[in-house]
Amino acid sequence: MTIHFVVHDEGDSVGVVVVEGLKAGTKLTGWIMDQDKLIEFDAKNDIPIGHKLAIKGIKSGDTIIKYGVDIGKAVKDIGAGEHLHVHNVKTKRW
Amino acid sequence: MGIDVKNATFEGWRRENGRMGVRNHVLILPVDDISNAAAEGVARNIQGTLAIPHAYGRLQFGADLDLHFRTIIGTGCNPNVAAVVVIGIELGWAGKVAEGIAKTGKPVEFFAIEQNGDINTIAAASRAAYRMVKYATALKKTRAPLQDLWVSTKCGESDTTSGLASCPTVGNSFDKLWANGNTLVFGETSEITGGEHLVAARCKTPEVRDQFMAMFNRYQAVIEANKTSDLSESQPTKGNIEGGLTTIEEKALGNIQKIGKKCTVDGVLDKAEEPTHPGLWFMDSSSAAAEMVTLCAASGFAVHTFPTGQGNVIGNPIVPVIKLTANPRTMRTMSEHIDVDVTGILQRNMNMDDAGEALLDCIIRTADGQHTAAEILGHREFSLTRLYESA
Repeated sequence: MTIHFVVHDEGDSVGVVVVEGLKAGTKLTGWIMDQDKLIEFDAKNDIPIGHKLAIKGIKSGDTIIKYGVDIGKAVKDIGAGEHLHVHNVKTKRW
Repeated sequence: MGIDVKNATFEGWRRENGRMGVRNHVLILPVDDISNAAAEGVARNIQGTLAIPHAYGRLQFGADLDLHFRTIIGTGCNPNVAAVVVIGIELGWAGKVAEGIAKTGKPVEFFAIEQNGDINTIAAASRAAYRMVKYATALKKTRAPLQDLWVSTKCGESDTTSGLASCPTVGNSFDKLWANGNTLVFGETSEITGGEHLVAARCKTPEVRDQFMAMFNRYQAVIEANKTSDLSESQPTKGNIEGGLTTIEEKALGNIQKIGKKCTVDGVLDKAEEPTHPGLWFMDSSSAAAEMVTLCAASGFAVHTFPTGQGNVIGNPIVPVIKLTANPRTMRTMSEHIDVDVTGILQRNMNMDDAGEALLDCIIRTADGQHTAAEILGHREFSLTRLYESA
């Protein structure tokens, strides 16, 4: 079985794509490392390897959680299964 | 299954000051930029020597000059170096560097170019280098407990796979080495931004925590004073962003995985300072790969572990740099740069303990003499950190 994306902790907002050439519409299997659980999702965009997808609906201004910790804020609404990166999330620092 | 860390050994060179080295370099060390040509001339004459040219050393002053001397002297003192020929434009500073290195007890001689010229300097320094190669190549290797190996870490060209797998692999091996009483270091002050509270919480005592936060705040003040933007094209870098890292906080949390789950932060070092006891040290340092590894070498570390995501190709002239990745695309496109493949973690084919063991095994093989990818490919990046402009 192929793992398409990996999530650190089940409380996180995001997962990381770990396969190359992921296309929109692909049925994805995700692995939540800390709880060792599998989840399934549909990809809403083409997402490059190493990039993140939202695993829940996120509103503009919401804090993004990864590793169970704040990694920045959404600057647009992001739907579950959508590509989440510098176009819709920014740092809270500097 | 597994490496018995407590009883593990490696074979290297026991130096005059008791430290264990894993390489046996005769170093031709320029004090300043204008002595590079003479140093390289000696290295061309005398086989088995290594010149390490660099860009600085003139008209520096204050704390920046102190750091220059500390880095150059520390590099000569590193236990991977058997003997050193120092060459400077003038006698005073060349002598100062040689005196600093001589405290280790290893052979060191120094030469000045003024009133001699390059050709006579190269001739005299070549004769000294010749004697040092005879000396170094007669030294016998000895077996030592793994505990005597000083190991540093810093990641580079990081991406999300670094935080998921290759940095935690280093963390797993650091937890084992720390429990074994090894001397370890991490740093990259700017790349802790967003996770500084997590590092602070791992500090062994309130004093260590205060020292750590003072170093962290000092670096933040430099960034605040000099930034012209939110650093969004420097931290994370273009390569980090290409690799999927979105913010400095996300990068920092991945970076911090390198200090494992059990280690406490036992002490804090300024740049290029030498640890005074075993344990895990935090060193205030740039997050630029070559600068950071150069500082680790100057602090006396003998082997470096370097997790990469997108594929940093770095090496160091005197310290073997072991690179590991969990990114399957990097493994597919640039495997000649990678010593330890931990891509299996992300497909649940390899657990973190197995990955940590694979890295420990590579650390021991490297200490025993196996060359790293960076050594084989000739990567000898030697980059001095500057604090401010010259006088």
